[in-house]
Amino acid sequence: MTLAITRRYRFPAAHVLRHPGLSDAENERIYGKCANPHGHGHDYGLELRVEGPVDPRTGWIVPPDVLDELVRERVLGRLGHRLLNEDPLFRDRVPTAENIAIVVHEALADAVARSTGARLARVRVVETPRNHFDYDGDAEEAR
Amino acid sequence: MVRITRAIEFSASLRYARPELSPEENLRLFGRFARPHGHNYRLEVTLRGKPDPVTGMLVDLKDVKAVLEREVEARFDHRDLVADTPYFEKEPATPENFARLLFRLLAAAFPAGMLDAVRLYADGDTFVDVGAGDAA
Repeated sequence: MTLAITRRYRFPAAHVLRHPGLSDAENERIYGKCANPHGHGHDYGLELRVEGPVDPRTGWIVPPDVLDELVRERVLGRLGHRLLNEDPLFRDRVPTAENIAIVVHEALADAVARSTGARLARVRVVETPRNHFDYDGDAEEAR
Repeated sequence: MVRITRAIEFSASLRYARPELSPEENLRLFGRFARPHGHNYRLEVTLRGKPDPVTGMLVDLKDVKAVLEREVEARFDHRDLVADTPYFEKEPATPENFARLLFRLLAAAFPAGMLDAVRLYADGDTFVDVGAGDAA
């Protein structure tokens, strides 16, 4: 039997999809309207899937308040109501939804494991109701 | 093999408590979850198998609906999970524990090996997935 809990969060943020090493023409060819230098934004949805044994005392894989606080502190409070391009987390990467999923996983995976003993198994970034992006960490590929 | 999913919604009240602890200790362990509260639950039940060669159906959805009404709705809808059911006297009705219970009840109610997974939404922002794993 496999078991996982998923919790959803959201944060509004702005981004500009432009790579600083590319020309304006190349950026506009690659990123289209997302390259608008003034930026645009989304109400990002975040789904965090956590796997691990259920604590027999509490009945929880992860105490919800502990997970919520980690997410608030490391992700929502940091990226919400910001221009993502200005955050050092995106210094060397364009803030695409793919990279947001990777950044969120990097920001949380160790902290979740340390605080709760559970494993952050998947980060899903819901950019709009029509597209979402999953990152499970690279542990599988590295093996 | 194909998979089909059928959903059911129900509402119930609950509070987390371990019987060996005092009310104060339960409040310390579970926080606001130790107080009476309720949820609109949504349960998504996924079945797997080979469709019948004649009907083209894995299972008659009418039968699935009847099983879910008997096993889930009749037991839990508009009930208190602690006071009205025998399942949560010793362990709290966390989404994890509740989802595992529902998986066990439904695995026994459907033909052997047919239940693939359940997803229990405790609210719009929290859900638990229980899977049968690879053993079919």
